[in-house]
Amino acid sequence: MGDFLLLSFIFLCAGVVAVPIASRLGLGSVLGYLIAGIAISPLLTALHVDVIAIQHFAEFGVVMMLFLVGLELEPKLLWDMRNKLLGLGGLQVGLTTLAVMGVAMAFGQPWSIALAIGFIFALSSTAIVLQTLNEKGLMKSDGGQSSFSVLLFQDIAVIPILAILPLLALPELTDAAHGAADIGHGGEGGGEDHGEESHGTNLNLIASLPAWAQVIATFAAVASVILVGSLLTRPLFRFIAWARLRELFTAAALMGVVGIALLMTMVGLSPALGTFLAGVVLANSEYRHELESDIDPFRGLLLGLFFITVGASVDFELLGANLGLIFGLTFGLIALKVLILFGLAMVFNIRGADRWLFALGLAQAGEFGFVLISFTIQNNVIPQAIADQLLLVVALSMLLTPLLFILYDRVIAPRYSSGQDREADDIEPEGGIIIAGHGRFGGIVNRMLRGAGYHTTVLDYSSEQLEMLRTFGFKVFFGDATRPDLIHAAGVEEARLFVICIDDKAQITELARHICKHHPNVHVIARAVDRQHVYELYAAGVRDIIRETFDSGVRAGRSAYEALGVHPFEAERLARQFTLDDRFAIRELASVFEEGVPIQDNPAYVQKSKELMEEREAELKGDGRGFHSRSDRGWTPPTLKDVDAEASANEEG
Amino acid sequence: MKLLVYYAHPGKRFSHANEAMSKALRRVENISFVDLYAEYPRFDVNVEREQQRLVDHDVILFQCPLFWYSTPALVKEWIDLTLEHGFAYGAGGDKLDGKIMMFALTAAGPADAYTTKGYQHYPLRTFLTPLERTAGLCKMRFAAPYALYGSLRAIEDGRISPHAEGYRRLLTALRDDAYNFDRADDFSVVEFEHLDTLIGD
Repeated sequence: MGDFLLLSFIFLCAGVVAVPIASRLGLGSVLGYLIAGIAISPLLTALHVDVIAIQHFAEFGVVMMLFLVGLELEPKLLWDMRNKLLGLGGLQVGLTTLAVMGVAMAFGQPWSIALAIGFIFALSSTAIVLQTLNEKGLMKSDGGQSSFSVLLFQDIAVIPILAILPLLALPELTDAAHGAADIGHGGEGGGEDHGEESHGTNLNLIASLPAWAQVIATFAAVASVILVGSLLTRPLFRFIAWARLRELFTAAALMGVVGIALLMTMVGLSPALGTFLAGVVLANSEYRHELESDIDPFRGLLLGLFFITVGASVDFELLGANLGLIFGLTFGLIALKVLILFGLAMVFNIRGADRWLFALGLAQAGEFGFVLISFTIQNNVIPQAIADQLLLVVALSMLLTPLLFILYDRVIAPRYSSGQDREADDIEPEGGIIIAGHGRFGGIVNRMLRGAGYHTTVLDYSSEQLEMLRTFGFKVFFGDATRPDLIHAAGVEEARLFVICIDDKAQITELARHICKHHPNVHVIARAVDRQHVYELYAAGVRDIIRETFDSGVRAGRSAYEALGVHPFEAERLARQFTLDDRFAIRELASVFEEGVPIQDNPAYVQKSKELMEEREAELKGDGRGFHSRSDRGWTPPTLKDVDAEASANEEG
Repeated sequence: MKLLVYYAHPGKRFSHANEAMSKALRRVENISFVDLYAEYPRFDVNVEREQQRLVDHDVILFQCPLFWYSTPALVKEWIDLTLEHGFAYGAGGDKLDGKIMMFALTAAGPADAYTTKGYQHYPLRTFLTPLERTAGLCKMRFAAPYALYGSLRAIEDGRISPHAEGYRRLLTALRDDAYNFDRADDFSVVEFEHLDTLIGD
């Protein structure tokens, strides 16, 4: 327990100190974590910490990230990407593997080792690239989308690669089998075991089955993810909603992701791929934003941990001994990958700054490289000595990636900036509309907006309400709109309008205050429960406040006028004048309202309100010039005397 | 002179001429602009505010399409409510004395329709008689209207941009006191071709 706390503290502390500094310096969070890892690596060595084991654990962050990416990607979008995915991704993996293999053979490696190295280096780092692209808001750009296609293909490609690698085993290494893994490698030996675990060799339940059964089992697993995702999510979440406990949703979301990862591991598929698939299946679900905000913090922490371990795993002793060779290999690898990526970008018509983003962003080796390396050692494909150097090259290339992004940001992007902006304007959709609460109030707002052709994102926390709405074909998302992380997931950053229609007075105010403070560019329309609530909302910064029962009250008053025999147009005008008058009064009273003081304890408010009431009384009795007389303006005919005077004046003229 | 433009178009989305004119108008600085349908979407004209606006300006220009030989309904409502007895006319109603009322109109019918032999039977100016008398009763000068005929075909004919550009020149000249109202009275209706003779000292 003590160890666990100490270790957690060291990792958290390193991240908390290093990342803000790195962000402040414009280096990005990834480099911050990597530097933090390097900084604490002597400490970890002194404590005999198994960094690689932690790294394999932290790789689960990648799984979560792909789940989140899947959530953002509707099946239709994925289908639209198929050309890029197969063409761009396939060519990148194929060409890079062959090129690296060629270089390795030129260095005198036998073809089998060279091919294994090719596979290892062909893959890029999903973790670093997606994290950085998200952070810089480049995911939606052409370069970002292309990068994502390639990363996704690589993720899929890991599966056949893992199947091919054992076939490349070297006879002389197989003889020495276990020895190679243990000798001289105490610390990292443990990591290999974890590598197996996270990639399925130990847990693989179907390895002993005949080939046809394996294929069936694999397809059955994938199908079950899709079926469970699309059919069981709803009942499950409704079941959980009965408990009315926030953390149960988090638990359920985690359970889902872990469960899918487990299932995929059992059939020998990539867990990241499985959760990605589940994400895509759930992209259309009303629980999407809830899932997103539940998983996101875990993804962030685990990825952070992962980056720290990459930094911490650099073996400086080995690096020092082979400084020239390792750096040479790393730079050579990056140059080779950039070259191939750049060529592909030209062929696939990725233009301008996006081409550079694509080529520089994917130029590193990735976390799957670590996995493959431990897998090759254990399958006797690559001798330990070479593998150790490869590990260093992979880690170093990942360390250098943030620098490549900085190069892109500072040097390349500005050159294309003018053209880039114009394109971005066309691509970026108009800001979204978020409606919080879909009851008697918000439902009307939503129907009006949808009826006029606007797309809305509706959040509601009542499962029963969702169920009812779905019957009528409405699209709403489950979630408590007063949670900042949920409205973040719903896209408040890019929203242009936020309509608060929930019931609870205190929650309305709280939500309004949060949005007005943190998202001042979003137009907020808030539902006010009563008069005092109007003042509170005004103090919170809302300028578009709608009293929930005022308009219906006025309409009832107008009906009363008509029932009493007032001419309908007269009744309408009286109703409008009343509305104007009341707005005037509410503004007057707002000026003496004090937040936190009940109105009956506020003498200025009581006084003002009495004055206004007296004024209105007087007007109604016809003594003053205001209410009644104002509503008659414009229709008052001139007197006969005036008409005569006018006529004589014109005769004279 | 202080220029106030009232823009009234209930179906802006479908307008070509008036939207082009509004765009041209935005390039003229130091004039007041009121989009009537935006300000009073529910027709409840604020009489005090409107009267104050009239008092504060010298030239009152209404930019609107011709609807059924008259203005869009909100302009009529505005007139009914704002030009109050005792303010605009009648006893003590001298607040608009000597100010100028002008219209910038777009008419769907072609120029030759608005002749005694055309299908509208009368010149455009004849249909504006009630407005001209409104100005007269308020002791305002009714300046010759700036008009675009055949507004629905004006895009194909390439007349929208010269008309809008003319509108910009007109507004600038009105603001800078460089518009010759007397000479404009020689035309029953001013079109963009006429502006060269009307603007300048």
